[in-house]
Amino acid sequence: MAEITTLAEAVAEFIHDGDVIAMEGFTHLIPFAAGHEVIRQGRRDLTLCRLTPDLIYDQLIGAGCVRKLVFSWGGNPGVGSLHRFRDAVENGYPRSLEMEEHSHAGMAARYAAGAAGLPLGVLRAYAGTDLPAQTKSISSITCPFTGEELAAVAALRPDVTVIHAQQADWKGNVAFWGITGVQKEAVLAARHSIVTVEEVVDELVPHGPNHVVLPSFVVSAVAPVPQGCHPSYAMGYSSRENRFYLDWDRISADRGIFEEWLRRFVLETSDHIEYMELLDEATAQVGEARN
Amino acid sequence: MSSTEAFSPDEVMTVTAARQLRDGAVCFVGIGPPSEAANLAHLTHAPNLVLIYESGTIGTSPRVLPLSIGDGELAETAVSVVSVPEIFSYWLQGGRIDVGFLSAAQIDRYANLNSTVIGPYKRPQVRLPGAGGAPEIAAAVGEVLVMIRHHRRAFVERVDFLTSVGFGRNGGGRSGLKGAGPTAVITNLGVLRPDQQTKELMLTSIHPGVAVSKVLEETGWNLKVADELSVTPPPTDLELATLRDLRHRTREAHQSWKPASG
Repeated sequence: MAEITTLAEAVAEFIHDGDVIAMEGFTHLIPFAAGHEVIRQGRRDLTLCRLTPDLIYDQLIGAGCVRKLVFSWGGNPGVGSLHRFRDAVENGYPRSLEMEEHSHAGMAARYAAGAAGLPLGVLRAYAGTDLPAQTKSISSITCPFTGEELAAVAALRPDVTVIHAQQADWKGNVAFWGITGVQKEAVLAARHSIVTVEEVVDELVPHGPNHVVLPSFVVSAVAPVPQGCHPSYAMGYSSRENRFYLDWDRISADRGIFEEWLRRFVLETSDHIEYMELLDEATAQVGEARN
Repeated sequence: MSSTEAFSPDEVMTVTAARQLRDGAVCFVGIGPPSEAANLAHLTHAPNLVLIYESGTIGTSPRVLPLSIGDGELAETAVSVVSVPEIFSYWLQGGRIDVGFLSAAQIDRYANLNSTVIGPYKRPQVRLPGAGGAPEIAAAVGEVLVMIRHHRRAFVERVDFLTSVGFGRNGGGRSGLKGAGPTAVITNLGVLRPDQQTKELMLTSIHPGVAVSKVLEETGWNLKVADELSVTPPPTDLELATLRDLRHRTREAHQSWKPASG
């Protein structure tokens, strides 16, 4: 059964130095607040998994929390590069970064295998590409029925999966809808899971397209964190703040500007409420300066 | 009628790419120029084009171009929204996609694509975002359309990393794959298509006002030119007006949005 708790307590209890962590979300419902809390609590040597590491992984990498990245596409969607990720790969700053690189289909199959308790996922993938030569968790297998050679990928089983959802009820059942990415598989593949939610409600009723419910018994902790996915969005609650993604290109391109941003907005704020207040203040000041 | 002064090379590229899509086709779309081309086709000659984004949105009709692959409008206007494992397994691998669009940082004469690294993998000069959905799109869709801006850094003798297979390093690399592979490479200068036998890309069409010598100069290998080289028909007034209107709406919706580079 999931306990309803605070984000700080959930991170302290479940996420440890050296853990394999998946913070999933496919553009929608990205658990930014949880990532910030991991930075605040100073976790180190993490292996981070995700199909689409974006700004929050860029921040975790730049903050020095990450030893290894397991991923399939690392960019700032619609904008360009992740500069902290690139600095780590190209220059080893602030530390070198190990990589385990896949395609989206491969990563999705790895989580699905983990969720199903299988040692591997089987799919048609990676044909003719240079990825298998670089990535040990990609291999091949011969179908015993047809003789066809197929790609095999090792199951991915994070110590902890962290996601953001629209709602939970008081029993800790979790509901999310819209673009749901690979979050269900990532939660079921993990030993523990932390879910931040926009709100806790008395009863979960179906909403919008593709409504997914994770029953309380597969969730370790639920923490109410309104706007916990900002600057991504929660369908029905908030819009994507595209401005932040555009601004991030400038903030992250320079080590000094990034480190100052990290200190001011993450390390010196106590929680997500304070972070959002500070961000709103800074945005208002920029707005005035522009007027 | 349009004149060569009346449109930009990027507009010709987008319009030419849009024309490759037949009405009723099922199209797997990526962000950037491909999304613009697919939406242009949807708004002009192909109202029954089915747009699928890898975020799991099937049959979308966004009013403005999405900034990311998972913008809310894609889900709100979709016929169906499914999970990411499902979009890749049942829909892409399952063989339900007719056309896929890809772009890349590098392409070679056999239309192999690199979106992983410039330089050696372990010590890259430039770390690019990586494969995303591309390797399986390249393998599984009925045909692949590539959109890429034409310059020597992109059109290379040998891709530094083979992220998505066109016809393999020597042109014989598609055995066992379901899809036909790349059928057209659409650039801001012209259109390249693979030779039926050798699979090597040939310049088959050149955009209005572009010299063949310019295309050869911007290609890092000895590009073959088709015997029957055609000139790309210029964008029509309707195509141009629709494209500009779409860009205008998108700019209004996303502050500081610019047409993405390919």
